[in-house]
Amino acid sequence: MSADVNITAITMFSIFVLMTLFITYWAAKKMTDTKSFYSAGGNITGFQNGLAIAGDYMSAASFLGISGLVFAVGFDGLIYSIGFLVGWPIVLLLIAEPLRNLGKFTFADVACYRLQQKPTRILAACGTLGTVALYLIAQMVGAGKLIEILFGLDYMYAVLIVGVLMMVYVTFGGMIATTWVQIIKACLLLFGATILAVLVLVHFDFNMELLFGAAIEKHANGEIIMAPGGLVSDPISAISLGLALMFGTAGLPHILMRFFTVPDAKQAHKSVFYATGFIGYFYILTFIIGFGAIAFLLGNPDFLDGEGKLIGGNNMAAIQLSEALGGDLMLGFISAVAFATILAVVSGLTLAGASAISHDLYANVFAGGKLDEKKELRISRYATIGLGIAAIVLGIVFEQQNVAFMVGLAFAIAASSNFPILFLSMYWKKLTTRGAVVGGSAGLLTAVILVIIGPIVWVDVFGNDTPIFPYKYPALFSMTVAFVGVWLFSITDKSETAKEERAKFEAQYFRSQTGIGAEKSSKH
Amino acid sequence: MDERIEELKNSDEYKQLIAIRSKAKWSLALLMLVVYYGFVLVIAFKPEIFAIKIGDGHTSLGIAVGFGVILFSFLITGVYVQKANKVLEPLTEKLHEKAGDLV
Repeated sequence: MSADVNITAITMFSIFVLMTLFITYWAAKKMTDTKSFYSAGGNITGFQNGLAIAGDYMSAASFLGISGLVFAVGFDGLIYSIGFLVGWPIVLLLIAEPLRNLGKFTFADVACYRLQQKPTRILAACGTLGTVALYLIAQMVGAGKLIEILFGLDYMYAVLIVGVLMMVYVTFGGMIATTWVQIIKACLLLFGATILAVLVLVHFDFNMELLFGAAIEKHANGEIIMAPGGLVSDPISAISLGLALMFGTAGLPHILMRFFTVPDAKQAHKSVFYATGFIGYFYILTFIIGFGAIAFLLGNPDFLDGEGKLIGGNNMAAIQLSEALGGDLMLGFISAVAFATILAVVSGLTLAGASAISHDLYANVFAGGKLDEKKELRISRYATIGLGIAAIVLGIVFEQQNVAFMVGLAFAIAASSNFPILFLSMYWKKLTTRGAVVGGSAGLLTAVILVIIGPIVWVDVFGNDTPIFPYKYPALFSMTVAFVGVWLFSITDKSETAKEERAKFEAQYFRSQTGIGAEKSSKH
Repeated sequence: MDERIEELKNSDEYKQLIAIRSKAKWSLALLMLVVYYGFVLVIAFKPEIFAIKIGDGHTSLGIAVGFGVILFSFLITGVYVQKANKVLEPLTEKLHEKAGDLV
């Protein structure tokens, strides 16, 4: 594939942008208070929110990355998609309802129901901003490179376009625009991936056996692609990766935020049901697409370079396959969908980051909760613009860097800091502010340090020969540090405030279970 | 106001709600953990099991189990939502009625 300007892709993408700008214009008129900005007024239905959550989760990394991984190694790609999916039942069973019943705009609201505002909010904001920043850089760099290949646009312009459009959506349209952009993109992505999978299967009479047979014949590893290979080789890595994927999902701030956009706990659990269905279906599609790419692209010189490798790298498997099976039209459509996906995901991330700055840090820490709503809304818009500019600059700075570890680290932080604090504040009476702050910070720092001295950064990025910490995935260790830290520093906390915090648990539990006293949706 | 919440806390509906929901939640969550970590542990310790072919074809046990785990995750969410809509929501609604203006 060349870097020629692809007219179909640009036309389709322009239609998407026009549509989303129109939605932003419509949403902007409703942006009168913080509630509509952070949580779309709580007026999104369970089904709509299910699509939006699925949209947040089905990033370009999971569409192109997982189909690329299946293309490269076969079965092992499935290990990742399953790990990404199994977090959802956990979110439904343990997090969704109490989160909706206790919180208002951010997950820190839940932890602060009985813990002290300042230290808890600062920690939650660090966890949120850490997760968001890493995710955002990975998406921006991925976006720039992808658009460079697909649209023949210069990297810098690609990053600028993504950054500016995302700032427009979030600043003017808040959560309403962000949610609808996400819903449209989720539909487009599910539609595009379905067509691509059908185009693959139609060649094999919809018989998976024949598809597998053709793939085994083409792939250099042969039968090995049907079984676990070397991707996750030792037990500790397997368990650690599993923990990060499962519990990281339950600690991703841009996903948790979506539960405040529905009117009540009932719609919250409905949204997870739909989201799990869409995401599970999507991962089955990426698996078929990955195997289809093996069957149709390997051995076809049009798509391979001199050494027999896929042009543009393995992550281009889905894109190349769309050209192989559906010509320019399909290539244009899938490219436009990939671009739209990146745009929607960075918008959601930016909104989550902006809320941590304006709602958690500014309104509740700096101004002590006494900020008027107009001012908070203004601050959240400044925060969005600030984050947008930071994302563009970081996207350009990290162009030549290896950013593959960033999403993994984001999940590790979410699993080792955000999740323990949120989970224990909901279910463990003896939790105190001291325990949460010490344990949560320890989990966060452990995750960051272990990734830096581990094989992915210490060896692959810094170029050292051997890692100080031997495992790629830190979650098993950092989650243990977090939970033990929270436990130890909570039970030994004999202060007056600790007593008060424990005394408030009963009332909190009652509200979390019944929704009596919970934040209501605004009437429009 | 606190007295009325105390009263609601002692009501049969609340006790029932907590009992049924806790049982459903923790047992389903446990089931999910067992199934997922079972899958992960096979990959970690006995990956050759997943290489076994089903029947005479190419499909391996690993792929069948993998698809099964995806389906199972969705079913778990379905079972809970069904339970919530049929049993838990009516109880919650009764509590909300009793709570009146507290809601």
